Amino acid sequence: MTREIKTKSNLERVLASGAFAVTGELGPPRSADGSEVAHKAKHLVGNVDSVNITDNQTAVVRMSSMAAGLLVQREGLQCNMQMVTRDRNRIAIQSDIMGAYALGINNLLCLTGDHQKFGDHPQSKNVFDMDAIGLIQAVKSMRDDGRLLSGQELPPEGRPKIFIGAAYNPFADPEKYRIHRTAKKVEAGVDFLQSQCIYDMPRFRAFMKEAVDMGLTEKAYFMAGVTPFKNLGMARYMQKNVPGILVPDDFVNRLKAAPKDKQAEEGMKIAAEQIEEFKTMPGLKGVHLMLIEWEHMVPEFVKLCNLTPRP
Amino acid sequence: MSDFEPKIIAFCCQYCAYNAADTAGSMRLQYTPNVEIVLIPCSGRFDVILALKALESGADGVYVAGCLEGGCHFLDGNIRARKRVVYLQNELKKIGLEPERLAMVNVSASQGPQFAAYVDEFAGVVKGLGPSPIKKHLAA
Amino acid sequence: MIICERKPIDEIKSFIDGKKKVLLVGCRGCVTVCNAGGTKEVEILAALLRLDAQKDGKELTVDEFTLERQCDPEYVDELADLVSKGYDAILSMACSVGPQFLSRRYPKERVYPSLNTCFIGGALAHGVWAEHCQACGNCVIHIYGGLCPVSRCSKSIMNGPCGGSSNGVCEISKEVECVWHLIASKFMDEGRLAEFAPIQPIKDWSKSRDGGPRKIVREELVK
Repeated sequence: MTREIKTKSNLERVLASGAFAVTGELGPPRSADGSEVAHKAKHLVGNVDSVNITDNQTAVVRMSSMAAGLLVQREGLQCNMQMVTRDRNRIAIQSDIMGAYALGINNLLCLTGDHQKFGDHPQSKNVFDMDAIGLIQAVKSMRDDGRLLSGQELPPEGRPKIFIGAAYNPFADPEKYRIHRTAKKVEAGVDFLQSQCIYDMPRFRAFMKEAVDMGLTEKAYFMAGVTPFKNLGMARYMQKNVPGILVPDDFVNRLKAAPKDKQAEEGMKIAAEQIEEFKTMPGLKGVHLMLIEWEHMVPEFVKLCNLTPRP
Repeated sequence: MSDFEPKIIAFCCQYCAYNAADTAGSMRLQYTPNVEIVLIPCSGRFDVILALKALESGADGVYVAGCLEGGCHFLDGNIRARKRVVYLQNELKKIGLEPERLAMVNVSASQGPQFAAYVDEFAGVVKGLGPSPIKKHLAA
Repeated sequence: MIICERKPIDEIKSFIDGKKKVLLVGCRGCVTVCNAGGTKEVEILAALLRLDAQKDGKELTVDEFTLERQCDPEYVDELADLVSKGYDAILSMACSVGPQFLSRRYPKERVYPSLNTCFIGGALAHGVWAEHCQACGNCVIHIYGGLCPVSRCSKSIMNGPCGGSSNGVCEISKEVECVWHLIASKFMDEGRLAEFAPIQPIKDWSKSRDGGPRKIVREELVK
């Protein structure tokens, strides 16, 4: 499959080449200290094609994703700047898109964002001027039609050539509807899609088959989310408490069988096996590694999964 | 304090508590004379305003007596009454009046002795609380 | 209707602290129906305030009066005689329109709200109310199977459900049903997914509160 290259995104270059893409994730600090970002980024440079920079994830205030993204890019790694519609109206959204692109950001992940109720500022007023699908449309309109949402034109050299991403969750409720919501994101014009962490392989396979059958994988690059278990407790917690994430008993039992100091190793082994399957899964073009607050393990993990050297 | 005789208004359901009071009377049981019984057709007729008016007029305690749970002639009048009592107890607490001045019991018509015992117990509680602060100022 | 809830009694007490003569005004509109500020609630609050004052030996008169509506000047006028008797404070037991209309009609009076105005909603059961409208000024519920995502989705998203929907409830609370779960399930159950496929455009909020305070003028009704 060859697709027209629309941007200067490294991720797009890798995906368009047909290579199996790898993205990482980095959470900015709750601090104004930029060196922390640079330090975390060092573990990712050369090991992933681009890295997602979360935008006040779970509605907890952190350094802005645009600023942290730029700090990461200074280390020689492209970022996927995440943008949530919770905190910005269409004026701020379009302004930030222009600014981000002007500063050299090529990838934008369009998200609605977690509600602030469980963040660190539940007293705040939210915005939600639009949802993630509206945000995808807004970026696409600016990039491809050179138009703001108001209809005003952007000069040809002033169009943000952004590689547009979004998230998809194959297992959230109502499960049967999930493929249709993903289809709406594709229709809105998304270029790449990253999923939540996948553990239930049979169900994910079924979801991907639907995506292939509906022709969605021809229109956007699908990537699977991977988070290795650090230990048994984490697997159990995710199994019980995280909506939309299904952890099979099989994985839990494997971790249980491993001695405590070997559980992390077993968790990585499980994830590596999943990635081997993802590499050949029809319609799937890459993996999104979410080693949250475990960035230093990325080099070891990508080596284990034979994902390096990156193209 | 020891010579304080509380004034208590008891709203009694005609199907149970009112008859229980009768039973107690015909059994010649002795119980506190400080209770004025008000007949209501069902404890479900009890309304927070009735209790508030009684307290405003100087009652030291207000008592609601309805049928045993499951035994209400109108199915759930006593359950509703209980909720109103709890609601008003909370409101009284918020304005600094002892919520114990309001209470509810469930009795059947045949439970004369229980009725007498409950009333005595409630009268004891109210006596322990002392005169209603409302009455003190009404008299003044 | 507009759903209100009485303010905590301590807050109401703080409004009338040191005042001797208070007028408590109820409303026979929405707040009567949602049991927050009708004749009965006025009677209860008045009794509580009096009891509270009496127990502390404070002098306090609380007069009670319930208007047909506090959001129409004709009814607010009916208070004129009563107000002229002179009160230290007027407590409105209506939605927040009430204290504003009372203040405007009787500018010299000190008017206080005794309810919090919560939302536009309906009764799910006796004593249970839920938000169903956000007065966005441009109703679109027909697109969503008779359900409103603007008011009933925590994020007011127009193309849901988001990833926070779990077992039919919203990520923010198990007490909040996910309206998008209801919408999507309804269309799937009825085999109308194709009808539901189009992306709903970014909403124009200019008719909502975002366009500034709103006003309607019906020329045919204006004298």
